[in-house]
Amino acid sequence: MLIFDQSRPGRRAVIPVTAPETALSDLPDHLRRRRAAPLPEVSELQAVRHYTRLSQKNFSIDTHFYPLGSCTMKYNPRICHRLASLPGFLARHPLAPEAISQGFLACLYDLQEMLREVTGMQAVSLTPMAGAQGEFAGMAMIRAYHVAHGDHARREVLVPDAAHGTNPATAIMCGFTVREIPTDANGDVDLAALRQAVGPHTAGLMLTNPSTLGVFERHITEIAAIVHESGGLLYYDGANLNAILGKARPGDMGFDVMHMNLHKTFATPHGGGGPGAGPVAVNTRLEPFLPIPIVGKDGERYRWLSEADRPQSIGRLSAFMGNAGVILRAYIYARMLGRAGMGRVAEYATLNANYLLAELAKAGFDPAFPQRRASHEFIITLKRQAKTLGVTAMDFAKRLLDLGFHAPTTYFPMLVPECLLIEPTETECKEELDSFIAAMQQIQQEAESDPEWIKGAPYHRPVRRLDEVRAARDMDLAWRPAGS
Amino acid sequence: MPFIPHTPVDVQAMLAAIGAPNLDALFDEIPPTLQVGTLPALPEPLNEWQVTRLMEARAAADPRLSCFLGAGAYEHHIPAAVWEIVGRGEFYSAYTPYQPEASQGTLQVLYEYQSMMAGLTALAVSNASLYDGGSALAEALLMAVRANRKSKSKRILVPRALHPLYRRAAHAIVHNQGIELVDLPYDPDGGHTPEQALAAYAGQDFAALVIPQPNFFGVLEAVDALTDWAHQQNMLVVAAVNPTTLAVLKPPGEWGATGADIACGDGQPLGSPLSSGGPYFGFLCCRQELVRQMPGRLVGRTVDLDGKPGFTLTLQAREQHIRRSKATSNICTNQGLMVTAATLYLALLGPHGLEQVAAACHANTGALLDQLIQVPGVSRAFNRPVFHEAVLRLPRPAGEVLDSLLARNILGGLDLSGEYPELGNALLVCVTETKDEEDLQRYAEALAEVA
Repeated sequence: MLIFDQSRPGRRAVIPVTAPETALSDLPDHLRRRRAAPLPEVSELQAVRHYTRLSQKNFSIDTHFYPLGSCTMKYNPRICHRLASLPGFLARHPLAPEAISQGFLACLYDLQEMLREVTGMQAVSLTPMAGAQGEFAGMAMIRAYHVAHGDHARREVLVPDAAHGTNPATAIMCGFTVREIPTDANGDVDLAALRQAVGPHTAGLMLTNPSTLGVFERHITEIAAIVHESGGLLYYDGANLNAILGKARPGDMGFDVMHMNLHKTFATPHGGGGPGAGPVAVNTRLEPFLPIPIVGKDGERYRWLSEADRPQSIGRLSAFMGNAGVILRAYIYARMLGRAGMGRVAEYATLNANYLLAELAKAGFDPAFPQRRASHEFIITLKRQAKTLGVTAMDFAKRLLDLGFHAPTTYFPMLVPECLLIEPTETECKEELDSFIAAMQQIQQEAESDPEWIKGAPYHRPVRRLDEVRAARDMDLAWRPAGS
Repeated sequence: MPFIPHTPVDVQAMLAAIGAPNLDALFDEIPPTLQVGTLPALPEPLNEWQVTRLMEARAAADPRLSCFLGAGAYEHHIPAAVWEIVGRGEFYSAYTPYQPEASQGTLQVLYEYQSMMAGLTALAVSNASLYDGGSALAEALLMAVRANRKSKSKRILVPRALHPLYRRAAHAIVHNQGIELVDLPYDPDGGHTPEQALAAYAGQDFAALVIPQPNFFGVLEAVDALTDWAHQQNMLVVAAVNPTTLAVLKPPGEWGATGADIACGDGQPLGSPLSSGGPYFGFLCCRQELVRQMPGRLVGRTVDLDGKPGFTLTLQAREQHIRRSKATSNICTNQGLMVTAATLYLALLGPHGLEQVAAACHANTGALLDQLIQVPGVSRAFNRPVFHEAVLRLPRPAGEVLDSLLARNILGGLDLSGEYPELGNALLVCVTETKDEEDLQRYAEALAEVA
C-alpha cells in the first residue's frame, strides 16, 4: 500500500508553524499555485508505521551479508553517524564565514592530509559527490592539463574492456573519444595491444587496480611507462582501493590522478544508493587543476581555496562543499583506523576473499582465474552449471536472497560468462563466510535435483521476480490522484 | 582490532585453508618495490571515546548562530520522526536497489518520492534524484541539448539572477561538451529577468532558457511570459525552483501556455539539515515525452511472477552500466538517504503543512524587511515582490556589517559585493519559519547599531 492510499482530506500530522492568514496576500495572483499539491494527508503514526514497515522489506548491511563485488559493503560504524550528526556540524551553513568554521575546516584539512599519505599523491580535493563525479573531475583535469600545454590532439582515452561502465561514460562527458584495450587470458592488460594503441592522440588510460577481475595488474609499472612515454596520463579508478589500503599506493605505481569512494573504502553508508563521496588525489603536475573548494592552511588558520587561489582549477562540481557530512564520517573512520589500522583493512579483506575462493573451489565451483591470487574480491563462473543444468548466475543470485544473503555482483565484468563477482570485505567473520559457502553448496544441490524450481526463486521475499519488461513498457513512474 | 572480527585461531584456520603461510603471502602478486611498510604521516588510531572528544571539540569550536543566511541552503525545522526513521539501519546501510526482491523498501520510498516531486512540480516524471542543485542544473542543461530536436545549438540562455554557484557548477560540468552558457542581464530596478533582455536574442538558435523561481535575489520572475517567449523561439524551458515555494507558487508544469519542459533544483529544504553544504539532493522532473533523455535512476511500478504489485529500477538502458559510452550521463547513484528524508518530510507535513511553512517564511521575510528599511541608510535594492529572500542596500560595505552582526551571534546574510559589485553595498538576507518576532526584532536592533 502506498502512503497516498492512506491519505484522508483534512488529516494532519506535523504542523511545524502556523502562518498568519494574510501571509500570502501580497503575492501576485498569476504567480500563485491554483490547486494544492497532491501530497498525502496522514497522521504522524501512520507515516512512522508506513516507513518503518517499508524499511523492513530491505536487505541492509545491518541485517544481511552483502558479498557484492566491487562495492565494498563493509560495516558502517555507528559512531561515525553519531559524531557527524553533532549539532555544531548539522547546523553550520555552507556559506558561513571561515572565522566560525575552523572546527569543520580542520576535519576536512586533516582528511585531505591522510588521503595524501595513503594514496602517495601530492594533493587532494574532497568535493566530488560520488565515484562517478570523482572520475569526471579526474578526466576533466587530464583534459585541462593537455589544453594548458597546447596539446589539443590528445582526445582519445584508453579503457580496458573489463572497466566499469562509468569509465567510458565519463570520458565522453569530458569530451573525449574512447578506445577499449583487451585483457589477456591471465586477467592482465594486453601490453602489445596497449603499445599499439598509444600515440600523440592519447589523452590517458583509465585503470582499476586490482582490476574488476579481482586480480592485481602485475605489469602496472610497465603500463605506466608505455602511457607516459606516449605523452598520456594515468587515471586510477579507486573502486578497489580497499584491496591495497595501507599496503600499496597508486602514487607509487605511476598514476597521475585518482578518485576514492569513501562509501566503499572509508565505510560511509550507501543509504540505499547514496549519498557517497568521491574525493580526487593528484600528483604535482595536476595539482593546479583540482576542483574547488579545497581547504588550505595559513599558519594555524584554515581557509577555503577558491577561484582566486586556483585560477586553472576545473571549477566547482557542486554549489557548496560536496557531501560534507559523508566526508566527516570518513574522517572519523580514518582517525579510528589510524596508522596501524589502514593496512589491516587490506590484509583482512584479502584474507576473507582468498578463504572464500579456496573453500568455494573445494566445494566444486569454478574460479575464473584459478592460477591467480585473489585480491579483495574474486570471480567464479557458473558457465558449467548454465550449460549442463540450465541454471544461471541470475538463478543462483535470486536463490541466495531466499537464503538470507544479498547476491554477489552478477554479469559484471562482462568478459567472464555467468560470473559472480564476490567481495566479502574485512568486517565479516569466518562463521558468516562459512554460512555463505554452505548456502552456495545447497543451491548447487537444488540445481542438480530440481533446476526448474531454482529458476522460480526467490520464494520467501516480499516479492518474487518482477516483470521488468512491463515496467519499461508501462512506465508507471508516479502515483497520480484519481481524476487527474 | 576495530571493525575486524578475526581471532588468531580464525586467521590460522583460514590461512591453512588457503595454503598460505602468513598474511603477507596474500600480497605476493604485488611487486615488492610497490609495497609500502609504514605510513609515518598518518596519526595514531583513536578509540571511540577519544574520537568522540576530538569531534565534540571540533563541533563546539563553531558557534551556533541566529541564521539569516539562505542563498541556496535554508534552515527549516525538520520533524523529529524524519531522521529517527531515516537513520534506521535498513535504510542507512542498504545498497542500491539492483536486487528488487531484497530492496522493496527503498524502491517504494523512491516511487513515492518521484510521485511527490511530480506532484509538486506538476510535471509527469521525476527521477530518483541527482547529487545537488548545482549538478542537477548541469544535467538538466545536458538533457535539454539532447532533447531539443528543433535546435541545432549548444547555447543556453542563463539569467544572471540565477544562483552564481549553480551557474559555475553547471559550466564546469557541461563546457567540455561544447555547451555555452549565455548571460541574460537582470533588471536594475526590479531584480527580475526582463522581457527586454530577451528581445536581443529573438530569432537566434538556443537550446533552452533557464528560469529561476524565485531567483537568487529572492525576486519572483514573470514565469508565464518568459516560458511562452522561449517556446515561441523553439527553446526548451528549464525551471530552477525551490521546492518549499512550490506549495504556494505556480508549479513549473503550469507555467505559460504549455508549462516548463524540465524542472530542477536542490531538495535540501525538504528534510536535509544545512550540514555545511551536504549531503543534499538534486531533483529533476520533466514532461513525459522527455523521459528517455532523463539521466539518473528511475523506479517503476510493475508486478511479480505471481501478479503481485512491486517496484523495480526501470529504463536502465539509458544508464552507464548498460550503455557505457552511449549513456545519458555517467551518474550511477542518487542521494537515496536524503530522498528518504524528503519523502518522510513531505508525508509528515502534507500539502497543508508545506503551505504553512512556505507562507510563514514569506510573512517573516516581509516583517523583517519592514523593520530593516526603518534603519537609516538601509533600503530594498529591488522593487519587485520577493519570496523569502531579498537584497538590501546598506550605508556601508556588507562585509563590515556582517562582521559586526557576527559579534552579536547573528549570521546576517550574504555579502553580494564579490558576485555583483554593480549592486554596491548589497546584502542578501533570508528568513524562514524558524524565526519568531523576537528574533526579527533582535536582528533589526543589531543592524540599527552596526549599519
